[in-house]
Amino acid sequence: MNEMTDNSTVGYMTDDGRQIGGTMMEMKNITLRFGGVVAIEDISFDIREGEIRAIIGPNGAGKSSMLNVISGFYHPQEGEVWFHGEKRPTMRPYKVAQQGIARTFQNIALFKGMSTLDNIMTGRMTQMKSSLLSQAIWFGKAAKEEAEHRQKVEEIIDFLEIQAIRKTPVGRLPYGMQKRVELGRALAAEPKLLLLDEPMAGMNVEEKEDMSRFILDVNDEFGTTIALIEHDMGVVMDISDRVVVMDYGKKIGDGTPAEVLANQDVIDAYLGVSHD
Amino acid sequence: MLYREAGDYKTTYAKDNQTFPIKFDRVAYYVLLFVAFCVVPFFINDYWANAVLVPFLIYVIATLGLNILIGYCGQLSLGTGGFMAVGAYSSYKLMTSFPDVSIIIHILIAGVITAAVGMLFGLPSLRIKGFYLAVATLAAQFFLVWLFNRVPWFYNYSASGQISAPERTVFGINVTGPNVDAWAQYMVCLVFVVACAWLARNLTRGNLGRSWMAIRDMDIAAEIIGVNPLKAKLTAFGVSSFFIGIAGALLFTVYLGAVEVGEVFGISKSFLVLFMVIIGGLGSIFGSFAGAAFMVLMPVLLKNVLVGGMGWPTDVAAHFQFVIVGGLIVVFLIMEPHGLAQLWRVAKEKLRLWPFPH
Repeated sequence: MNEMTDNSTVGYMTDDGRQIGGTMMEMKNITLRFGGVVAIEDISFDIREGEIRAIIGPNGAGKSSMLNVISGFYHPQEGEVWFHGEKRPTMRPYKVAQQGIARTFQNIALFKGMSTLDNIMTGRMTQMKSSLLSQAIWFGKAAKEEAEHRQKVEEIIDFLEIQAIRKTPVGRLPYGMQKRVELGRALAAEPKLLLLDEPMAGMNVEEKEDMSRFILDVNDEFGTTIALIEHDMGVVMDISDRVVVMDYGKKIGDGTPAEVLANQDVIDAYLGVSHD
Repeated sequence: MLYREAGDYKTTYAKDNQTFPIKFDRVAYYVLLFVAFCVVPFFINDYWANAVLVPFLIYVIATLGLNILIGYCGQLSLGTGGFMAVGAYSSYKLMTSFPDVSIIIHILIAGVITAAVGMLFGLPSLRIKGFYLAVATLAAQFFLVWLFNRVPWFYNYSASGQISAPERTVFGINVTGPNVDAWAQYMVCLVFVVACAWLARNLTRGNLGRSWMAIRDMDIAAEIIGVNPLKAKLTAFGVSSFFIGIAGALLFTVYLGAVEVGEVFGISKSFLVLFMVIIGGLGSIFGSFAGAAFMVLMPVLLKNVLVGGMGWPTDVAAHFQFVIVGGLIVVFLIMEPHGLAQLWRVAKEKLRLWPFPH
């Protein structure tokens, strides 16, 4: 804990030669309860500028709850969330989004009645500023702003290679494409911190490869910090810089993929322990 | 063969985003506007104005309003009749208190007042949704009708409890009162309809419209990506009630002239507009026109066929009208649950390919 705070401005160098910056987000002693159930118990970890941070653990370990705490959807009973060196007060999710934190969902949460383009345009909600009156008469600022943001959205559509489904209602798209559109919607906000809740769940190998490439490219080209939850160990160990391991709401490991793999608690949690 | 987008290249995002992307549609739209403004007023008579065109235009405004709330923002409301009454009574109070101000301004202010009332009654939507919200708005319906019935100030202490619109002119032409010409009624309503449809289209195509649809499709995800649910829901209630208030004000001032609140703005009015929204198609501007046209025209058409064509007694025909219209609604909703707008969309898809099957 102390060690983390001491190094917060220094950063480190990854194996593949990327410079990771200081602490962007720090979770301090987070405890989250639902009635008598303790979903997260006294967990602390940090997310550094520019890194890909994975949260792993068996089902029910509290990973998604942790992501919900970061995105402001759950408010922990104890502990503090620090973002960019400031303690974050309890705030509604849309305020968190305005601070530059975007996310995707484990079960796709796209707007089914809208086209791919509209879904991604919705992601730019926090950047668009024209007033109700200006939009009502669609003259001057509103129309100009719409075209400017469309430009940005088209860049994301190009990046994710989904030009062909631009005007298709998302309800008609196959699963893998929907996942991609959802990533696009999160990217449209140009977030500083991108949270991905099981981006590869239910995908085949090719789709996983595509998605991994997109995640690495986002990190590399846009410099976005990424925190992700994933069950596919191969993927996690390949793409993440540091890994937090959770089990039954507790943190049982934290470090580089290699360190985590060597951790006896992690091995026990994943492979089970004989009780003889 | 005319109905093609092939060869019609869009080179800017603004052009790609326009309301009628296909040239044929654009031309048809301008022709329709021209006919509505420059041809119909010369041929309109009292029967067509009173039975068909004026109520159709007024209900289009109300349907646009309710469609923004239900179709675009997903907030169910049964308070339409009450909100229309707010529009009617505010325009009445404004007309009698400030006789020198133009009635157009009165109607607009009546819309603003209704928007404020609508936002007030929209507050429960922050906590409840679906059928529960519908019941909460039902409370608005009954409360508002009760209010305008019981508080004499609203009807200027008239003995009958009715309100009746004094004569008012626009550019020296009578638009309210008993001596109004059919074409003047029609033109006032037409101008409001075109303006409202244009506003509705603009509001639903931009950022605000997307925030409404995001709330409709998945409110949790909407909030996570930065939609302020309070703002989205209350603006939807406000804009929706603005339109509905204008419709109520026009219904009272221009169309009916005299109104008894329980009779005109009762719960059946709420349902009528709701049916127009559902039959026309949720979340569609065109659907608002189609739904209003269906619900206004169908009874008139049936009456003409049953009484005029088949010689039935008027009272029998009147009862059968209900049966047939009701039956048609059921059939329609089973065949095309997404309303007339969806039928129109499917027809257009077919047209684009016609005469080739693929």
